[in-house]
Amino acid sequence: MKIIVPIKQVPETSQVKINEETGTVIREGVENIINPLDLYAIELAIELREEQGGTITVISMGPPKAEIALREAIAMGADEAILLSGKEFAGSDTWATAYALATLIKKIQPFDLIVSGERATDGDTGQVGPGIASFLNLPLSTYTRKIESIDNQHIVVQRLIEEGSETLKMPLPALLTVVKEISYPRLPTLRGKQKARTIDIPVYSGEDIGIPEGEIGLKGSPTKVVKIYRPQITRKGTLLVVKDEKTLSESIDRLISFLEEKKIISF
Amino acid sequence: MQEKEIWTISEITENKRIKTISFELLAWGRNLAEELKVPLAAVILGDSLKEEELRELIYRGADQVYWINHRQLVPFIVENHSNVLQFLIKKYQPQIIIAGATTQGRTLMPHLSVRLKTGLTADCTELKIEKGSGLLLQVRPAIGGNIMATIKTPEKRPQMATVRPKSKQMLPRDENRKGGIIPIKIDDTILDGRVIHLGFQKNEKEEIVLSTADVIVSGGRGLKKKDHFNLIYDLAEQLNAAVGASREAVDRGWISYPHQVGLSGKTVNPKAYLAIGISGAIQHLAGMKTAETIIAINNNPQADIFKISDLGIIGDLFEIIPLLEKKLKEKKNCHEI
Repeated sequence: MKIIVPIKQVPETSQVKINEETGTVIREGVENIINPLDLYAIELAIELREEQGGTITVISMGPPKAEIALREAIAMGADEAILLSGKEFAGSDTWATAYALATLIKKIQPFDLIVSGERATDGDTGQVGPGIASFLNLPLSTYTRKIESIDNQHIVVQRLIEEGSETLKMPLPALLTVVKEISYPRLPTLRGKQKARTIDIPVYSGEDIGIPEGEIGLKGSPTKVVKIYRPQITRKGTLLVVKDEKTLSESIDRLISFLEEKKIISF
Repeated sequence: MQEKEIWTISEITENKRIKTISFELLAWGRNLAEELKVPLAAVILGDSLKEEELRELIYRGADQVYWINHRQLVPFIVENHSNVLQFLIKKYQPQIIIAGATTQGRTLMPHLSVRLKTGLTADCTELKIEKGSGLLLQVRPAIGGNIMATIKTPEKRPQMATVRPKSKQMLPRDENRKGGIIPIKIDDTILDGRVIHLGFQKNEKEEIVLSTADVIVSGGRGLKKKDHFNLIYDLAEQLNAAVGASREAVDRGWISYPHQVGLSGKTVNPKAYLAIGISGAIQHLAGMKTAETIIAINNNPQADIFKISDLGIIGDLFEIIPLLEKKLKEKKNCHEI
């Protein structure tokens, strides 16, 4: 079974700082990590390989340093990695990113399964996974929480929806985007780390995978960012402190009248 | 060009009722339609829907309804819905399409936008029309809500966006509104047929759905152990609220993942969010900070959750919650007598 896992390198969100004047993200000094939600996809791929045999290829599009994220995936247990990198990719929106990754996947086919995280924690769109499935005309399951069964031809999955979960049977090859429930990511192994240090990770340009200039990057993206700014959260917060029986009772009465004022409760 | 319609993609429940998000979408679309002076149409894909149910879309703001009736369109399978919509969009060429940022909308819209070779903006919190150009300006949060971005699709059509449930109130129902319901026949051959829906398991308890709840009561690490989560369930029941949780609570196995709010869980947008024993890690705040009202109860005065709260109580939740529940009950009983 050949499994492809598209991943993304993202800034560690809790460290992100914003330049208040320009509204831009300050990336200096911010640690870059594998998108946390991609770890579940990598883990699922490893578990499926342990059960079914086969290989795992992790792919990513990003600046040259995104190679570090691919090496981390190798350290966890992926077999090989490919990076799409070059200035022609810069500024790609989700459409252009899905197009570039789908084009790379076509070049390295055949494969049986593509597994990706549900979304990346920086862009937070969740559009690239479904986009790749659409470009490649693959059956798609988003919000996948469980694999019920898999054989050479089919996969049966459970996907999480608002009211519960539903079960889908899909022919392979297919694409799954997965949620946290699907697996418990393992730590890198010593052997994996050794492999990650030495493995050769090919870097392809747009030209290498046959994408004409202007079809990816800023130029090839249907959406354009008009402006970026810092959200204004203005909350005139009231803080009550519970020190004793009296303040406890008063605080709760205040809370109840607040709930009434906001029409959250009525009697 | 400017007369081209604005479309909303409706959603239905398993009982063939129109979901609230469909009406919220019409409220979003109505504003844009007034501004551009173009018709607003609701698109609905379903199976044996009742005409009086479809009329509700008109009463809630649609100028017309495109109704595609086919047995295989329920339950939702993305490939089928995407194929049908591609056909319709090519035929009618709407200028703007809005869908809910639900599991359905967030699956369908990216699939569709790739096929239509056009732009899509996810999870918008604001939509407006750019003066002069008449383009759709789409505002959305990114990087865990740390920044807001305004995005547009200048050349490709249609312009597509998903909007968060509960981020706009539906319009009041107006039975005097008139509009046409246009049934559209589709050919079986445009359906995909590769994916088979084997079944649906409803949530165990009759729970209020987190992503569309008006009120959410969430518990975190401060609850200390699984049994104490009953405090949250009880309070939620009294407030008719959905139950949420921080990542810490989910990772400790106190409550299941579908309840997780935050960066690796759900983004919610309720009228009121009660954070109980939640310190407010940035990942959690990213999932709930757009709530209309935030109430926090925590024993740590330094907890970040207080920075974004409208009302905060610094104190021991094990003292506060039981007494709060008791007082709520008393008040309720008092008024029932």
